[in-house]
Amino acid sequence: MTLVHGTPETRALTSASAAARRPDRQTPGRRAARIIGYVVLIVAAAAVLLPFFWMLSSSVRGSNDVFTIPVKWLPPSWKWDNYVHVWSQTAMVTWWKNTMLLSVVVTFLQVLTGSFAAYGFARMRFPGRDVLFLVYVGTIAVPWQSYMIPQFILFSKLHLSNTLWSIILLQAFGAFGVFLMKQYFESVPEELSEAARIDGLSEYGIYRRIMLPLSTPAIASLTLLTFVNTWNDYLGPLIYLRSPNLWTIQLGLQTFINNLYDQNYALLFAGLTLSVLPIAVIFMLGQRYFVEGIATSGLKG
Amino acid sequence: MASITIDGAGPRTGAAEPRRRRPGARLRRRNTLIGWSFILPNFVGFALLTLVPVLALFYISFTNWDVFGKAKWLGLANFRRLLHDASFHTALWNTVYYSVVHIPLTLVISLALAMLLNRKLRGVAFFRTAAFFPYITSVVAITTVWNLLFSPKYGPINDVLRFVGIDNPPGWTTSTTWAMPAVIIVGTWREMGYYMILFLAGLQTVPRELYEAARMDGANAWQRFRNVTMPCLRPTTFFVTVMLTIGSFKVFDIILLMTNGGPGQATLVLSQFIYKAGFVNYQFGYASAASIALFLICIVVTIVQFVVNKRRAA
Repeated sequence: MTLVHGTPETRALTSASAAARRPDRQTPGRRAARIIGYVVLIVAAAAVLLPFFWMLSSSVRGSNDVFTIPVKWLPPSWKWDNYVHVWSQTAMVTWWKNTMLLSVVVTFLQVLTGSFAAYGFARMRFPGRDVLFLVYVGTIAVPWQSYMIPQFILFSKLHLSNTLWSIILLQAFGAFGVFLMKQYFESVPEELSEAARIDGLSEYGIYRRIMLPLSTPAIASLTLLTFVNTWNDYLGPLIYLRSPNLWTIQLGLQTFINNLYDQNYALLFAGLTLSVLPIAVIFMLGQRYFVEGIATSGLKG
Repeated sequence: MASITIDGAGPRTGAAEPRRRRPGARLRRRNTLIGWSFILPNFVGFALLTLVPVLALFYISFTNWDVFGKAKWLGLANFRRLLHDASFHTALWNTVYYSVVHIPLTLVISLALAMLLNRKLRGVAFFRTAAFFPYITSVVAITTVWNLLFSPKYGPINDVLRFVGIDNPPGWTTSTTWAMPAVIIVGTWREMGYYMILFLAGLQTVPRELYEAARMDGANAWQRFRNVTMPCLRPTTFFVTVMLTIGSFKVFDIILLMTNGGPGQATLVLSQFIYKAGFVNYQFGYASAASIALFLICIVVTIVQFVVNKRRAA
């Protein structure tokens, strides 16, 4: 309070340091609002994260310590070998390999073809372009569940069912990637491409040498989103992958859950943690891009 | 197709500028070819794997296509059967129930979270990450953990409820009345972070000066929200509502994994009805007819939302 009524020098100082942002001034009311804000945030964060915390904490318990009355939020004893057991007692290695392969291939194809098509939509002018783009955007409003039956029939006719190819094709050509990349490409100044064109660079050259390097945030977020989507997909593998040696980690874990006769929930939690782990790591690494990319996709609607 | 359009457009420009006719036409043809070459790799996959199935859906729904691929034209028989199928009515009703609660709930919570996180607070980045994490976690992990949290006798949730004095806590996923609320809670918990990010992006486009001006005019916090924030957020709110609506009508994986439509048919939804008819009973024709219902609901609701949005913007 004293700062506000202080000498011109101190006022100048405070206004400079607080970037002259008047609403941020600390009055008792503002301070109370700030504290309430923090309390609400902490409660909300706890509510959001509690299930994860419980999962982690249960993954290192003895099999009889998962359900206790009253609830123990921390494990009574630490059993790290649950992780070793779940790794050796299930086909976790196969599931991991399949899921990793699918996620990498799908992501590569989606980013490549998606950004390529996005350049065509964002920078090339030709008849039929806008109608075609409308078709792309329109399919975002069509849920996959409504055409999964004919798609399954088609894949069966092509003998793709029960192969990893089915999942790759299912995920790799989504309209979402084209949409996201186009939104971003349109924010790159046209003059850059013009200058390059005058210097004799072909359209493909402009795409590769100018647009791609300038679109790192969009590419990063599309990469992360596609990877996470493929890694977490349950319905696609459920419908298409029947042989256990093709199962993904989601499918494998769900089967493990359905056959959990010995009630060893601690082991299950260790498996679940292992399935979430790569996503958590990737998310932490690319958190900034993630948020930015999602925001870009939603900006113009 | 492309070249025909160009030939049609060529002479017209030629009439105006005879000398530049040929280079112009050639340039356009070249542009069209290059443009298509960019789009084609994605479009081939997109057309074959999305457009063809969507079109085939309409044909298959009029047949009794089965697992052997034998199909007989049935006309409207599948649709007539849907009209009298009690399970379909239940699925439709449950889908509407889920959507009507889930859409406004998620909208309000994600907007509130975004407003809360759109300030300069210490640790805001952490909170944003925390709120977004459920959205990117695998649905199998989420539903397993929540199912165990919800377990009526030994689950931590009811344990806490008993602790705060509720002697008869709900049976959650084992109770026909509480299964749907349980699913809605998990659905909202999972998706609020995603929509929060969209709202955050929208909030950052609201000019600060508008708030300052409103404050000068003596507007209180609620009035500033009503008359500054909401109008500026309209495009974002529209997009979020559209995405939320489609997402709610197609809800499937969390229900399949949490309750499998049960107990009884208490949480049977449209997508699951389609899945059961198709992949459990192998009645692809009948499942396609139900898919048409889902398809039309999503398209019609989206178009209505677009029209309403246009009218409001005008």
